[in-house]
Amino acid sequence: MGNKRHIRVMVAKPGLDGHDRGARIIARAYRDAGFEVVYSGLHQTPEEIVEAAIQEDVDMIGLSSLAGAHNYLFPRTVELLREKGVDDIVVCGGGIIPDEDILALKEVGIKEIFTPGTTLDEVVKWVEENVKPR
Amino acid sequence: MSSVAEKVIAGDIRAVARLIRDIDDGMPEVREILKELYPSTGKAYVIGITGAPGVGKSTLVDQMLNHIRKDDKTVGVLAVDPTSPFSGGAILGDRVRMQRHSMDEGVFIRSMATRGHFGGLTQSTRSAIDVLDAMGKDYIIVETVGVGQDEVDVVKSAHTTVIVVIPGMGDDIQAIKAGILETGDIFLINKADREGSDKTMSDLRLMIDMDKKKYEGGKWKPPILKVQAVFDAGVMEFLEEIEKHRQYLIETSDGLQFRRKRNRVQDELTEMVKNRLIEEVLENLTETGEFDRAVDSIVEGKLDPYSACDNLVLPALGVSSGGPVKGSEVL
Repeated sequence: MGNKRHIRVMVAKPGLDGHDRGARIIARAYRDAGFEVVYSGLHQTPEEIVEAAIQEDVDMIGLSSLAGAHNYLFPRTVELLREKGVDDIVVCGGGIIPDEDILALKEVGIKEIFTPGTTLDEVVKWVEENVKPR
Repeated sequence: MSSVAEKVIAGDIRAVARLIRDIDDGMPEVREILKELYPSTGKAYVIGITGAPGVGKSTLVDQMLNHIRKDDKTVGVLAVDPTSPFSGGAILGDRVRMQRHSMDEGVFIRSMATRGHFGGLTQSTRSAIDVLDAMGKDYIIVETVGVGQDEVDVVKSAHTTVIVVIPGMGDDIQAIKAGILETGDIFLINKADREGSDKTMSDLRLMIDMDKKKYEGGKWKPPILKVQAVFDAGVMEFLEEIEKHRQYLIETSDGLQFRRKRNRVQDELTEMVKNRLIEEVLENLTETGEFDRAVDSIVEGKLDPYSACDNLVLPALGVSSGGPVKGSEVL
């Protein structure tokens, strides 16, 4: 039974970046907000992330990057989703992202970027307001 | 046939993923699709893997995938993780260990949360198994902690049930004994390089030998294997045991139509009828407010719960109670 949609989210660590404490804390906050959170693990390619997101039928992918390669990894994820004809998975990102990159990332389809100092409440609230379980 | 069913049978990943979501979310429309898929099921070999958190189930499954794929067989994995009873959320982390297979088209991995609905896990996992079966997977591996009746039932519906322990779990072996230990077809001692693996081995062996009568007359006696999943040590031998068990089932039961065996079908149907009744009756009563009113009258001392239950259930089932149902003023 159940007959209630649960929000399903994938928290992913793309690229050669071993710092996942932030991602794990976000995953925990999402769980406490009642979401089902699939964690990808470290060192994922955008291809692997997108394939996993499709198999898991998530409503959102949250990309975490602290190693500076976001300008390739984030847009590539969005591009792969489009190539696969997936238009209903929201992609957002977080981590060490310079202000000057944010606009360009948003232009290619990253819905929101969260930078250091964002509270967990803000991150959760954003999902509740912007991600609809289908 | 509906287009969803057609896509699933054709192996469309996205259609399969979405259908499992609908099953999980309890959408009533999946029933029609599952009916259509049913004739295409019953071909996959289902392996249930269970054991306490941290014994290495996901790592083991990851290695199994590697070997099974070398034989060019396809695999579906259902990894079940617990839902937080407080928030209703879940962190599904089993996938992390298997993620290297995510680009392999012959592997479909799906994480599921227990969610804690009325026996729903058993049913939704079984339905998800049917979906992966209908999409043509040769093997389906179901991984769960195996706590609680629901999870035990899930594991029991596998062809081969594998119980994973680690050295030093002496007392824990006793603890799981009452639950699913009886259902194990193969026992694995993972992380076997750790201290105490011989002791664990002899504990398990003793426990199995105590059931000696069960294995008389050529019945399957569960083997115990030491493995180190992370190094892939012993995994090949483990898969050979699964194959032996499969051969045993083919020889002793009516072939591979194991899931269609009478007692299994009976269990599944009982479960399904139960869930369906709860769904239809309870939900309706909740919506109309009848349920809440009954609770109120019990709390206020106007009605006993037994009469309240009669009042609620009998009309909903269209049964006359064989006389006026007593109600008010009983207490």
